[in-house]
Amino acid sequence: MSSLDAQAPATHKGLHAFLAGLPGIDQVGAEARAAALGTRSIKKDSKLWAINTAISMVDLTTLEGADTRGKVKAMCSKALHPDPTDMTTPSVAAVCVYGDLVEAARSVVGDHIHVAAVATAFPSGRASLAVKLLDTAEAVTDGADEIDMVIDRGAFLSGNFSKVFDEIVAVKQACGSAHLKVILETGELKTLDNVRKASWLAMKAGADFIKTSTGKVTPAATLPVTLVMLEAVRDYYQETGTRIGVKAAGGIRTSKDAIKYLVMVNETVGEEWLTPDLFRFGASTLLNDLLLQRQRMLTGHYSGPDYVTID
Amino acid sequence: MMNNNDRVEIRKTHKLFIGGAFPRSESGRTFEATNSSGEFLANMAMASRKDARDAVIAARAAFASWSKATAYNRGQVLYRIAEVMQGRAEQFVQDIQNSEGVSIKKATKQVDTAIDRMVWYAGWADKYAQVLGNTNPVAGPFFNFSVPEPTGVVAAVAPDSPSLLGLVSVIAPIVMTGNSVIAIASYKNPVPAITLSECLATSDVIGGNINILTGDPADIMPWLATHADVNALDLTGITNTELITQLESDAAGTVKRVRTAPADPDFYATPTLSRVRAFTEIKTVWHPMGV
Repeated sequence: MSSLDAQAPATHKGLHAFLAGLPGIDQVGAEARAAALGTRSIKKDSKLWAINTAISMVDLTTLEGADTRGKVKAMCSKALHPDPTDMTTPSVAAVCVYGDLVEAARSVVGDHIHVAAVATAFPSGRASLAVKLLDTAEAVTDGADEIDMVIDRGAFLSGNFSKVFDEIVAVKQACGSAHLKVILETGELKTLDNVRKASWLAMKAGADFIKTSTGKVTPAATLPVTLVMLEAVRDYYQETGTRIGVKAAGGIRTSKDAIKYLVMVNETVGEEWLTPDLFRFGASTLLNDLLLQRQRMLTGHYSGPDYVTID
Repeated sequence: MMNNNDRVEIRKTHKLFIGGAFPRSESGRTFEATNSSGEFLANMAMASRKDARDAVIAARAAFASWSKATAYNRGQVLYRIAEVMQGRAEQFVQDIQNSEGVSIKKATKQVDTAIDRMVWYAGWADKYAQVLGNTNPVAGPFFNFSVPEPTGVVAAVAPDSPSLLGLVSVIAPIVMTGNSVIAIASYKNPVPAITLSECLATSDVIGGNINILTGDPADIMPWLATHADVNALDLTGITNTELITQLESDAAGTVKRVRTAPADPDFYATPTLSRVRAFTEIKTVWHPMGV
């Protein structure tokens, strides 16, 4: 097995050999395991804890062509105080916006929460490395302390792992002190074997987080895919002692779904990962459902969409 | 057919009607429906608060499109329910005889009146706005209109008797104006409500626009009275005055409209527009007159 030292320049031959040597995944088994973990009953105090934890793990996201500075600022205010009727509600972990809106976001959230920018020709990743690096550097200069980059799926699928690896290393360098999340876009990788390969590739190249999806491709985050990524993170931790984070993004809309993910994190990588530093939800509509369920828990009656913002 | 002893009896599972589908209760609970002399009739699904919650979500989703349907279309959809009910008239008569223990003559009269009631309200769909709305004279160069609009999601309790006519009399005026409804059928005589939901499922009603739950209103209604996404309550079938007071007080928290039943209402008499008016909001619009 090749060296796991992510800092060393890639020995591409070793990289290919390592990725080819990863054991295959039993897809039916992974789906059954994910489904089984989804049946846990989380109620009362545990549910409230899970909802609060999930809120604190949300990367509140707006990635639309129609985004304006005003919309981003409004979203940032919501990120700081998700439920203005109850100031004990935790803030979310970060806001996630396009690079040109980082400055607008930072002006509202200050140092209270992270600002993540999608970079490297998001969401397709179809641009030259020079453009991707400039995209990253500008976002960091504007105040982003987290960068969500996309991998070049075309290169990955055609077996050019070295190119994907080198790009991640280069972007990581351009990030400086900013955290790097690497989006695998699992919906385009097609198989769970590919998801495992891409996860290892990204971690070895220096990712701080691995992220399922851009949210622009269906399917986005699913439980089996996230399970495979969490297992890769667990194995990487056991070999290197380094904790890599996971971000499930896209398609998670209900508190029930979010809690299933938390159960899976706890059962796969353990309790240490149940923190916004190591697990995140990339979402826009999920937050409202978490707030409705939280209101339900605390007031004792069902709440409704009139009591949260229209996004 | 009855004489053929080789044939396995087809037993019916009486389920809830939520979002256009027929689920069992989420709680797994059931209760026994009995005839008028207390003998076993059928096992009914006992709706829980979570079934009610699911029904509210379905009702809210259906409200978006149903409230935008044209008045003419809403009338057609109600008329279509009456058509399907007519085809099932015999089964309704049988259901009512079994549950209420009335004569075939009385049961037939109830079914006929229930179908006629549906048609009566269907006819009002493109007319009630002219009666409840108005153009108001104002002291300025404006047209001033008052128009009724649907309130939203309504939770309604049907009376025990007449079981079918009472249920239809509660549901029809609510949905005719564009509202969605979660109707709780009579706890005592729930069987005709199941046949009605089968009529609804095979007519043109949008899935979730009309939801029918069977179970104890005293169990379910407090959750709907405090539910922030329910806009109004129709307490026609609730006679316990303490429960009415509690529900009214619960409903106040989210400023719901509440309609309580008049004492001993006559369901066979031709109705007024009072039920229609109870679940509409009057919107007044000022429009500048030509300059």
